[in-house]
Order: sequence, then structure tokens, then C-alpha cells
Amino acid sequence: MSDAFEYALEVINLRKAFGGLTVTNDVSVKVRPGERRLIIGPNGAGKTTLFNQISGDLRPNSGLIRFFGADITHLLPYRRAHCGISRTYQIITLFAADTLEHNVSLGLLGLKRSRWQMWRPMSFYPDIRSEARRALDSVGLLHLAERPISDIAYGERRRAELAVALAQKPRLVLLDEPLAGLSNTERSTVKSLIASISRDTTVIMIEHDMDTALDLAETVTLLNYGRVIVDGKRDAVIADERTREVYLGT
Amino acid sequence: MKWLGAALLGGSLLLPPLFAGDFYVNLASQILIAAIFSLSLNLLVGFGGMTSLGHASYLGVSAYISALLTTRYGFGHGAAAFISITGTVAVASFFGMIALRASGLGFLMITLALSQVLWGLAYRMSNVTNGDNGITGLTRPSPFGLSLDSPAAFYWFVLIVATVAFLMMTIFVSSAFGSSLKGVRDQPRRMAALGFNPSLIRWITFVYAGFWAAISGLLYVYYHKYIHPTSLSITSSAEALLGVIAGGAGTLGGPAVGAALVLLLKNYVSAYIERWNMLLGLVFLFIVLVMPAGIVPGFSKLMTTLRGEPR
Repeated sequence: MSDAFEYALEVINLRKAFGGLTVTNDVSVKVRPGERRLIIGPNGAGKTTLFNQISGDLRPNSGLIRFFGADITHLLPYRRAHCGISRTYQIITLFAADTLEHNVSLGLLGLKRSRWQMWRPMSFYPDIRSEARRALDSVGLLHLAERPISDIAYGERRRAELAVALAQKPRLVLLDEPLAGLSNTERSTVKSLIASISRDTTVIMIEHDMDTALDLAETVTLLNYGRVIVDGKRDAVIADERTREVYLGT
Repeated sequence: MKWLGAALLGGSLLLPPLFAGDFYVNLASQILIAAIFSLSLNLLVGFGGMTSLGHASYLGVSAYISALLTTRYGFGHGAAAFISITGTVAVASFFGMIALRASGLGFLMITLALSQVLWGLAYRMSNVTNGDNGITGLTRPSPFGLSLDSPAAFYWFVLIVATVAFLMMTIFVSSAFGSSLKGVRDQPRRMAALGFNPSLIRWITFVYAGFWAAISGLLYVYYHKYIHPTSLSITSSAEALLGVIAGGAGTLGGPAVGAALVLLLKNYVSAYIERWNMLLGLVFLFIVLVMPAGIVPGFSKLMTTLRGEPR
């Protein structure tokens, strides 16, 4: 179905200002279905702010966001989730006291009608349970399913966060620094996890670790001071003079 | 072990009418009524993270509607009860829409303000509510022809309602909806990103809490056979909130324990110490200092420590 659309996500002339500070300045980005897009840029370039506008946490001052052709600029975040947008956060925001299985189940529940069910205990949903366990298995955390988030290591939390987002089988997943703070081994684990995401899912990723992230990306967008500086095929962007100036250059 | 304790506690609820005198049976009835009310408030405070200082509104509105309908308009108890509950739920859904525009302290202040409006009305609209004199001459219903006038009969009635209320609210918080409520309490942004509608989840909970407050309001007015504006007052709301926090907000049994504590101090200790409020303050202080999470979580923590289990 998604083949019918040229673009999974179109961000058109997006602008967002906090007071006098323009954080997203006339940003236009187009991402094709199934594409792997990396967004780079120095701190304060407006990367996460852009994500927050795509996921609906922030409302842009002007501009347009289209998702598979539909205008979602003014949709509430939960409606965008139902459209098929899923995300992870820079700062891990899982439910620390609950088990991994519960965390993933909650993510699954968010898209199901049974989330309004008030008469049946949560534990009576074997289908959600097994789906959650499958998602945990796919990120290699099945053995920790019954443990609370607060019990597991930081790197495992990152993977749990991925499991929550991917369990929803989103059409678009926004990964905000999925490799931040990970050790080298964990890094390669998460990297191969991201590489194995199905092509039915479009991936947009913010990442500082260029060595790892560039391998995953097909296209790259460079932001600086809220503007798109360079945008295009990975190798072309890396080779670009302006990229060196802004990001790689010393 | 935990189940044994719960069973013992549940079983002890059957004892008062068999062994105790009327005074204690009545006290037990009052505790159960206050427990239903506190449990309903706990849905907001403990499970929803919505600290309300106006929950007495719903107890009071339901009690007043029932009192007015049965005394002034000659309604039977069944119809009056139905209309009170429906009316109270309507008020809760309207107030919820207003109050939930804010969160945290703003929410608290709006619930307080709205409840003060109702309290003021009950006081000043004396042609309807009889003002400071309250409404007297009320009767208790006789479901299925059984008179509830004796303390024991009324106790059994309240016990049945309280049991149903406790079970229903327990199921509510452990359901899928309950899980999303707790999620919205802890991380509303994340929950929205996962596809949940935080505002609607909060509002439904607010209305549901209003429903159980309405039930406790009916029992309250049946018990006292009298209703006065103080039942709508901030003191009434604050006492319930104190009970919830003292017993353990967000736990299933905590608010009931807290409600029992407040009522025992109020009705029993006040016979011996005139300034029972001071004692309540001291007890509350003690709880906050020693068991900040409340009595029930505090004790279960103590038990695990005594048994030498980790964590």
C-alpha cells in the first residue's frame, strides 16, 4: 500500500520559534517509504525539536507535515501513533517499576481497542503477552521479560525502548540517539538491531556517533541553527564542503 | 501469607454485628462508608496522579439530591437513588471537563473552587437546601422489604455495597484501562506517543471516581438520616485526602485503612480528647516521617525487612 505514495513523510517549510529563538527555520525534508534517514547536526541544531513536531509533542508555528499524503500537522500525538508513527526518546522514558513485558504490552495496547477495557485484568490478554514476548525476543531481551526496568542495565533499557517502539509495527519510527551512552559491544548489538528493521518501516534517526550511524543511513540531512544545510544521498552529504564546515570540520 | 492477611482482615469485617454493641457497629458502618469514599478519591490521587481537594462535592451532591427528592418531592428511594447517582455523575463529568484543563496544583485549586461553589450554594440557597439547618426527617430505604433501621441490618447492607465497590475498583485499576491510567500518571507524553489519549483517560477516571463518591454519598445520607452543608465542605474533602495519603495512595487497601484511622480518631478518640484534630495532626506527622508512602506500604515494607528478604 505504501508503494502508492512517493513519500512516507513530507515536512514542508516548517517553522517553530520559542520566543525570539527560531529552532526550526523553514525546514523541508522528504523521506521515501522504507528509507533510512540520518539527521545530524551540532547540539542545538533543532534535531529533537523537529522530531517533537513530527510526533506531535510540539506544534509548529507554520508549515506542513504530511504522512503518506495525509496532512497530520494538527493531529494530536496519540492520533499520529494510530497513523503509524512511533518514536524513542533521547532520555529513556520507560516505566521503571514495571517489567519489560509490561512496558512492551503497554505499547501494544496503545493501538488496540482493548485499551478501554475496564473489567478484565491486564494479565488476561494472552495475545498481547505473547506478542510482547516476541518483540522482546527480537531485541534479545526475552530472558529479562519478567524483570522490572529498574533492574536492568542501561544498554538493555535502550534495547527495551526499541522493542516498545518496534512492537507497534510502525510505518515510521523516529529514533532519537538510539546509541547514546552505549559501550562498544552494545553499540554493535543495537546497530544490527536497527539494520534488521523491516523495510515496511521507514526509519529516521538522530545520532551523534557518525561512524556507526553512517553505516545505517542511506540518506543524510544536516541541520544547523534550525536550518537544513545539506540534504541528500549519504556519500554526497559527507563529501559536501558544508558538512565538513559544520559538523566534521575541526 | 499476603492472602492470609487479606482473608483475616476480610473475615474480621463480619464480626462487628455479632459481637460488638450498637455504638461500634455504627462506627464500623461509618468506616466502611468513608472507605468507599476514600477508595474513589484514591482512583484520582493514587492511580491517576490527580490530587483533588473537592471530592466531597460528589458525596454531598448525591446525598442532597436523594434527601431533597425523598422529603420534598415524594420520590421513592429507588428512583431517588437512581437520579442522585445519574445527577452526580453528570456533575462530575462537567466539573471534570473544567478541572482537567489544568494539572497538578492548578487542578487542585479548580477542584477546590468548584466544591466551594457547591458548598456555598448548599449554605445560601436555603429555600432549596434549608441552609445551615440541613435537611432532616430522612428515612433509610428498605431494599426487598428488609428494614435497614437497626444498626446491624444497616451494617450488612453497607458491607455488601462496600465489598462490591472494593472489587469493582480493584478490577478497574488492574484492567487494561487501569494500566493506561497509571501510565498516564507517570509519563503522559510517552503514553500519548504510544497511542493513548491522556485527557480522555483522565476524564473517564474522574467520572468513575465521581460515581463511587455518589454511592458513598447515598450510604452517608442513609446512615445519618440528615444532611448538612459541612458534608460538602473543604474539611470533608481534606479528611478524605488525608485518609488516602495516610493509608497509602495508589495502593488498593491503603485508603480504607486511612479512612478508618481518620474516623476512629474523629469519633472514638474525640470522646476522650477534646482536641482530636491535634492528635490527627500528630498521627499524620508520624506517618509522613516514618512511613512516607503510607501505612499499608510502610507495614508491608516492615514485614519484608523483618522476614529478612531482600528489597
